[in-house]
Amino acid sequence: MSKEKAFEAPPIPPAPQIPALVEGAMSHSRPFVAEPEHQRALGFPGELVDDWHDRAIEKMGDLLHRYRGFRVFLDACVKCGACTDKCHYFLGTGDPKNMPVGRQDLLRKVYRRHFTLAGKFFPKLVGAADLSEEMLDDWYRYFHQCSQCRRCSVFCPYGIDTAEVSMAGREILASIGMGQKYSNEIIGKVHRIGNNLGLPQPALAHTLEGLEEDIEEETGVRVRLPLDQADSDILLVTPSADFFAEPHVDGLIGYAKVFHQAGLRWTLSTKASEAANFGLFIGSYENMRKVALRIRDAALDLGARRIVFGECGHAWRVAYNFLDTLAGPLDFLDPKYPAPQHIVEVTHDLISRGALRLDPSANDERRVTFHDSCNIARASRMGEVAGGQFALPRDVLRSVCNHVFEMDPDATGERTFCCGGGGGLLTDDLVELRVKGSLPRMQAFKEIVRRHRVSHLVAICAICKSQFSKVLPFYGFTMDQVLSLHQLVGDAIVLGER
Amino acid sequence: MALEVNGKTLDTDEEGYLSNLGDWVPEVAQAMADADECELTDNHWEVINFLREYYEEYQIAPAVRVLTKAIGKKLGQDKGNSRYLYQLYPYGPAKQACRYAGLPKPTGCV
Repeated sequence: MSKEKAFEAPPIPPAPQIPALVEGAMSHSRPFVAEPEHQRALGFPGELVDDWHDRAIEKMGDLLHRYRGFRVFLDACVKCGACTDKCHYFLGTGDPKNMPVGRQDLLRKVYRRHFTLAGKFFPKLVGAADLSEEMLDDWYRYFHQCSQCRRCSVFCPYGIDTAEVSMAGREILASIGMGQKYSNEIIGKVHRIGNNLGLPQPALAHTLEGLEEDIEEETGVRVRLPLDQADSDILLVTPSADFFAEPHVDGLIGYAKVFHQAGLRWTLSTKASEAANFGLFIGSYENMRKVALRIRDAALDLGARRIVFGECGHAWRVAYNFLDTLAGPLDFLDPKYPAPQHIVEVTHDLISRGALRLDPSANDERRVTFHDSCNIARASRMGEVAGGQFALPRDVLRSVCNHVFEMDPDATGERTFCCGGGGGLLTDDLVELRVKGSLPRMQAFKEIVRRHRVSHLVAICAICKSQFSKVLPFYGFTMDQVLSLHQLVGDAIVLGER
Repeated sequence: MALEVNGKTLDTDEEGYLSNLGDWVPEVAQAMADADECELTDNHWEVINFLREYYEEYQIAPAVRVLTKAIGKKLGQDKGNSRYLYQLYPYGPAKQACRYAGLPKPTGCV
């Protein structure tokens, strides 16, 4: 539908700027509610239940009991204000409910009313409030204006994690019949077909064969992209966007060239043809576990000895932090390698050992800057040392490209800004939010373009890549100014004798 | 939402995709294009027809690379790229063209 022009992208300020408050600026932003069939497939009620109020409070009690951190986050806030200007959605919209503390308070007020003594007896004195219909609507709107990127938690003196709060909020909403269509439809497809797209095995096989032909046509070398190959050393689990979209697919070709040139036996799997785990976004442990177990099953079925994850931000967050908990023990994997391992770790290790011949001049036309994906930056690590998640991708990038520049340190590393489309918000019904939320990243990008004539953002997350393709044109750039890290790797690899 | 085609009312979802794939007739694409003020040329139809053929065989929309290659073969190498497809379908070949072709919307991180 051609409704996308109903709003204007905010002008990019010359320097980072705190916007004036605009009460209710984004109160119209509300993603489509999940259809009954999408809800039921995940074990949630099909539509809003009659006794939603009591069931929501009951669910909140259950979560407070299950997740100690959730209760601490609701109790600990002292309203110091450190988080208020740290969220990209606040910076892009000026809506005070997009201040992290404003978002948390939507849940905190109801928590105080029902789960603290003072709130039960003197609600007005302690800022407690009932879960009214209006509050419920605010939950739905504003817990879907948080990409769970955790930037605010870096600045909170107590480390309050708004991501945990918005995940809990979404879990409560789904449990009373108000799930979000985008995430829940997708999780259902993963359970049913194996990936977010709903790409069945014959289509996947056909797509991979086509890519093998393309690589051979371009390089003269037969580089394989094997599917369901038993007795492979490595199972590669990658976002299905890598099969489907641009610039993602060029990253997939890059992984294949790395494996080929290193002589590693690898395979993709139909059953685990998706790295993403949207169970995280909706806060559902049960769905997250079910999605994670496919990966274990696929590795066992195929006899793989290593599990490697492709370029997907939140997949790595789930894999790095929880794969063993959700789908362990992973004792059947080769103990010589991290379980699981990131493709950047694999490539970095090969480059460090001189196992790949690289010609960085192949990327001389490109002047690039690295976008740290939020989930990798703030919720995981790579390699052996602290900060490896920042150093390793940059080492790889500098090995394959001669022109690498750094954006403002307030917009990179652990302070990186979300692309604006993470956390289950990468959907057309939230385009306005996505465009406005990308403002801080676009500001930093524009500045590095001005200073160093940078041509491309480089990313290691499928969501970031799709999001930037979509929003770059709103800010005067072109959609093809975002690249996969492994596209640059693939272009620089000298194929042939090892 | 609904779409009026040949005097019949067809169900669509919130984003205008046909609810029942079987409802598709060429006039569906025409009606959607009219609403978007997009003029359907023969080249637009090449894309729509390919999407439908591919879907018939694989039950999913083709990957962008598969689509661009097929269009390049049909319309000439200079047209076998996303840039050209975005000229035809400014809202994105995977989404706008799929909708015109009666296919479900591609979901996921795309």
